[in-house]
Amino acid sequence: MSDALFEYCCRMGDNTLVLGHRVSEWCGVAPVLEEDIALANIALDLIGQTQLWLGLAGDVEGKGRDADRLAFHRDVWDFRNLLLVEQPNGDFGRTMMRQFLFDGWHLATLKALMASSNHQIAAVAEKSVKEVTYHLERSTDTVIGLGDGTEESNKRMQAALDRLWPYVGEMFTNDDLDTALVAEGIAPDPASLRADFDGQIAKVLGEATLTLPDDDFAHKGGKNGVRHTEHLGHMLTQMQWLQRAYPDASW
Amino acid sequence: MVIEKPTLETVWEWLSHVPDPEVPVISLTDLGIIRDVQWQGETLEITVTPTYSGCPATRIINLDIETALRNKGIDNISLKRQLSPAWTTDWLSPEGRAKLEKYGIAPPQPAGGPQHCPHCKSSNVERISQFGSTPCKAQWRCTDCLEPFDYFKCI
Repeated sequence: MSDALFEYCCRMGDNTLVLGHRVSEWCGVAPVLEEDIALANIALDLIGQTQLWLGLAGDVEGKGRDADRLAFHRDVWDFRNLLLVEQPNGDFGRTMMRQFLFDGWHLATLKALMASSNHQIAAVAEKSVKEVTYHLERSTDTVIGLGDGTEESNKRMQAALDRLWPYVGEMFTNDDLDTALVAEGIAPDPASLRADFDGQIAKVLGEATLTLPDDDFAHKGGKNGVRHTEHLGHMLTQMQWLQRAYPDASW
Repeated sequence: MVIEKPTLETVWEWLSHVPDPEVPVISLTDLGIIRDVQWQGETLEITVTPTYSGCPATRIINLDIETALRNKGIDNISLKRQLSPAWTTDWLSPEGRAKLEKYGIAPPQPAGGPQHCPHCKSSNVERISQFGSTPCKAQWRCTDCLEPFDYFKCI
């Protein structure tokens, strides 16, 4: 079970790590000051949650790897994040659409994890839920504001949705690891969260005057590490360059 | 040499003088993040819960606690992180809330927004952004005196 637990904590922690890094790329260049601050704060929350998840992963593994070691000394094939979160930021609208799609899944997953039979996982979830509630509130408001905004902003949000929708399906797929964790009462079955998510998405997209794509094709291969998109490797060269150039450097 | 161990009450009193690094007008005990103080043999164990998981002040807070206790002659200190129950703004002390308001930061309200402008006390306020200068604050504006202000948001 410790292998499965390690893997699961990496899935959760790699999601927050990769998205946290992506969102932090906006720091200093967001469209307006308030958005810049909000994005930096959200990135900070996600990196904080990463320290908890990857810290727990390292403890479970018991090989002396801490959160930093896992974050900075693994290469693409060891990452277990969803393909959605490694997608490039694109314009501000696409960044917010990605956030909205992720936040909906993230909050539902964390709420279910609060009832985990593993009390350390439940504690991390309990802490994260409070932060992610604010993330979802904001990304929802922004998607509605820009979707139901000007002709230009509506066009961009629809393009963002069309582009990112093929990455939504992976969040709700289940594999052997999920099945094993469901059996132990450690984690929820991702598929069981889909109906509520779809209901919420339909409501928000309706308000945002955006149209859900018909095709439900889903790219997969992120959470099991089989096939990441080409974007993750490029991102890691930025995120990890210091530890790659000067291994074990510290402040 | 026999050194008298200070009572837990004394330790709490010392900690009530350690300011929050981001909002120095309130202390760590006002903030409600010190969850427990215990002697474990000769070691003083302080249990601290983070406000926000990524708050950069967390590390400084731990350092400040250690420094304050060392200055009082305590050498064996152990800091324990506790995640659950997760910190909530309900743990802010009444004194802490009053100090925040006086400092110009509207204290958290169950309604999810400030009761009134901390400067002119007008209740005509509007939200600028749910995120502010630190993870724990949102940006609001008073539509009467037109001053922007920080609101300590509920979690």
